Amino acid sequence: MSELLRLNVSQVLEGIRKKEFSAVELTRCYLDRIEKTKVLNMYLEVSADRAIKMAQIADEKYKNNTARLLEGIPIGVKDMFCTESIKTTASSKILENFVPTYESTVSKKLWEEGAINLGKLSCDEFAMGSSNETAAKGNVINPWRSEEKRSPGGSSGGSAAAVASKSALCAIGTDTGGSIRQPAAFCGIVGMKPTYGRCSRWGIIAFASSLDQAGPLTRNISDSATMLKVMAGHDPKDSTSSLENVPNFNDFLDKGVKGLKIGIPKEYDRKGISEEILKSKEKVIDFFKQNGAEIVNVSLPLTKYALSVYYIVAPAEASSNLARYDGVRYGLRVDGDSLDIMYEKTRGVGFGDEVKRRIMIGTYVLSSGYYDAYYLKAQKVRRLIKNEFDEVFKKVNYILTPTTPTTSFKLGSTQDLLTMYLNDVFTVPASLAGIPGISVPVDLDKNGLPIGVQILGKPFDEGGIFQVGKVIEDSANFDLFSEGSYK
Amino acid sequence: MRDKNNIKPGQIQGQKNLWEMVIGLEIHAQISSNSKLFSGASAQFGKQANENVSLVDAAMPGMLPVINEYCIKQAIKSGHALNAKINKFSVFDRKNYFYADLPQGYQISQYKSPIVGQGSIKINDFENNEKIVGIERLHLEQDAGKSLHDQHPSKSFIDLNRTGVALMEIVSKPDLRSPEEAASYVKKIRSILRYVRSCDGNMEEGSLRADCNVSVRRLGEEFGTRCEIKNLNSTKFITQAIQYEAERQVEILEEGGKINQETRLFDTSTGQTRSMRNKEDAHDYRYFPDPDLLPLELEETLINKIKDELPELPDKLSERLINEYKITPYDAAVIVEEREFADYYEIAAQDRDGKLVANWMITELFGAIKKENLSFNDNPVPPQNLNELVFLIENNTISGKIAKEVFLQMMKTSKKPKDIVKEKGLEQVTDDSVIEGYIDSVINDNRDKVEEYLNGKDKLFGFFVGQVMKVSQGKANPNLVNQLLKSKLK
Repeated sequence: MSELLRLNVSQVLEGIRKKEFSAVELTRCYLDRIEKTKVLNMYLEVSADRAIKMAQIADEKYKNNTARLLEGIPIGVKDMFCTESIKTTASSKILENFVPTYESTVSKKLWEEGAINLGKLSCDEFAMGSSNETAAKGNVINPWRSEEKRSPGGSSGGSAAAVASKSALCAIGTDTGGSIRQPAAFCGIVGMKPTYGRCSRWGIIAFASSLDQAGPLTRNISDSATMLKVMAGHDPKDSTSSLENVPNFNDFLDKGVKGLKIGIPKEYDRKGISEEILKSKEKVIDFFKQNGAEIVNVSLPLTKYALSVYYIVAPAEASSNLARYDGVRYGLRVDGDSLDIMYEKTRGVGFGDEVKRRIMIGTYVLSSGYYDAYYLKAQKVRRLIKNEFDEVFKKVNYILTPTTPTTSFKLGSTQDLLTMYLNDVFTVPASLAGIPGISVPVDLDKNGLPIGVQILGKPFDEGGIFQVGKVIEDSANFDLFSEGSYK
Repeated sequence: MRDKNNIKPGQIQGQKNLWEMVIGLEIHAQISSNSKLFSGASAQFGKQANENVSLVDAAMPGMLPVINEYCIKQAIKSGHALNAKINKFSVFDRKNYFYADLPQGYQISQYKSPIVGQGSIKINDFENNEKIVGIERLHLEQDAGKSLHDQHPSKSFIDLNRTGVALMEIVSKPDLRSPEEAASYVKKIRSILRYVRSCDGNMEEGSLRADCNVSVRRLGEEFGTRCEIKNLNSTKFITQAIQYEAERQVEILEEGGKINQETRLFDTSTGQTRSMRNKEDAHDYRYFPDPDLLPLELEETLINKIKDELPELPDKLSERLINEYKITPYDAAVIVEEREFADYYEIAAQDRDGKLVANWMITELFGAIKKENLSFNDNPVPPQNLNELVFLIENNTISGKIAKEVFLQMMKTSKKPKDIVKEKGLEQVTDDSVIEGYIDSVINDNRDKVEEYLNGKDKLFGFFVGQVMKVSQGKANPNLVNQLLKSKLK
């Protein structure tokens, strides 16, 4: 593996600036690496020519001393982001040949700061899944212990695996119920889901509009902070995007946790959670104590309803959001003798099982006669869950939980859907509450698979989350290049 | 079945019972605005198919709606004009259904929390009495596109120009009792919206269309089951469709049948309604709040500011015109029908005899416009010219009869009446000696008739007046002619 692939964002920026290597050289390294890691099935589309052109422009900028914040940083993009003149499919057959004429706000901001687009990364179909197994073009393989063919997590499985296998320096993903944090934990990297409204949703293929949020997947906290700074900010084209000021997140990193109160919710110690993950959490508690934080036991009793609420709200929105894939204007069309038959055939062939299942659940919970019992009630509980977080955040600054109940499982091993849905049990509450959360790698379990922990914070306190995450990162010393990682 | 036994409009005498219609209207009024409700695309009518389509309108993946502030203001203005409550908090919902000309697979509308609540307007019933009609609500929604099925033998075409254009749906209470009342309600709503310039009211272009809910009941009984007739775009069709539908329902009920609650279509060629879909087939629209849009919260100051800026509305204006210009309620009603008429009238009537101006405007001007098939705004007579014409009548420069001639020239040439009168030498003759000259010549030419008159045939006086006017080419002042003739023929 080229030594250049070992460098993180700040090292790369410095290296190019000092003329140790060029953006084009670095980009070529990554494109070669993408070739070599093809077996992991991460990239749906590699935009090699474009990447080289962008790198040439980056080198020009360095030459002219006009380098921007992410000048020359090679990035992989989850296939939920629409990318101008690059095929964008949401890992679905129904969009298999869709080429947008527009660029999502978040990816556009990255390119405008000089980042380089390596290509599009696989994910669960329409981001519905926790294992990347629902992708139309097949699952991604977790780079850790790749011979064991394990799941990278989902839905941003391609994004997490690409960063973990050094096939992208950074990646962007979307998180609706854990789709950034859970794969980040499975792949031993840092995954940040910002506050709802922090990043524009414009140009991101919608799954569940009130939950979807873009975020970075990176090798470390500092890279994450740098990426988020560029990605975040108000967008007049997204009515739900926030007007909140975007601070320089890197300014938070060295502040430590001294004097901070970290809450440990007892409800997250549920049965079914792996012993080793609980042990990692205890280890992180020790890091915090050693660094002068106060540990406070807190309670979030409504947590047990979060998953049920999520599986009503998200499918309800999805059933409506996915109605536009009807074969009339773009994407797949399977002809039929009437409009209705064309719809049935197109959507029957175009959508995979999990997507169909969620459309049906969503249609059901919004139907007259069921709306009040399901959708409306779920919205009420969702509000209560938000209130519960607000209350706890009056007592503590941050909350520490495991990111996932288990480490990566073998692909195809989870037959039972409810077990699959349980993967998101620790990440879903923050999504419902709209609060920011991050997964930070801590350890490898006895099978050599990464374990992550999650830090949750108040709305728009991503800076503080990075600050706390940095303490974990510095203490845990997790090595992305250790035994078992993809060579 | 009408016109028997003094029954009133809106009543139907069946074989067994006297029935009464109960009607409620849902008016869809397209908001006058440059761009659509949630996209920046142009809302202009008459463009090439699919010319006014943005990425949002075509529901491309990842596109998001952004509310058009101007359309919100238009809705508030309309709400005030309907004497309605403006809701400070309202919500946009998705109404989900599949159709080829609905790209998103849902229409963004307002369901449980509309922007405008209850209000009312005044109409005149068949006896010309004032009647209050309740407004249930006004809400904002997107229009759908258009499916064209007649362009190709086996394919349908879709035009998305109209997709996403802002509509106000104005729902009345079931307060209307006859097709005529329904028509007068639609005219009034149209007029009000045109006054506040929130809708151009152009029914031919589809800017204003109505769904009519019709049921019948025996006098004084509870409401019956209703049917909804969709998408009527003229008051004539509204009247016809309601009458047909009510009679159809009476026939069914009198034969002991039941009315199925259903949606019906009006066939303009046969004048009949037919079933489109019944209640069982009705869509389950699965309404839920659109998560792409935040609830709409309005500031009290904005609501009040828009209220303060409202123009004078037809009812108030009519009252003022009656008082100020001493015109009849009928004249006022005609003049306030359109804001343009009223504006015109007030210029034409300035410092003039208001009633005279009203007569000229309603009879001559409107008559000429209709005859020439012109739109009011294209009429060649500016209000200043009508004012001047009436002035010339008032100060006896011309007679009413000559004035009609002058008016025809005004219509033809757009010239000022003074110039026309001058050019053609049409000034009224008010000089006694000149008129006496005319009279003398008439007397000389009709010696025999004078004889008969003096012998008691009084009726001949009119003949002499006519002859004198003829000799003067209509320019002699008729009063003077009368006076002078009388004294000459003594």
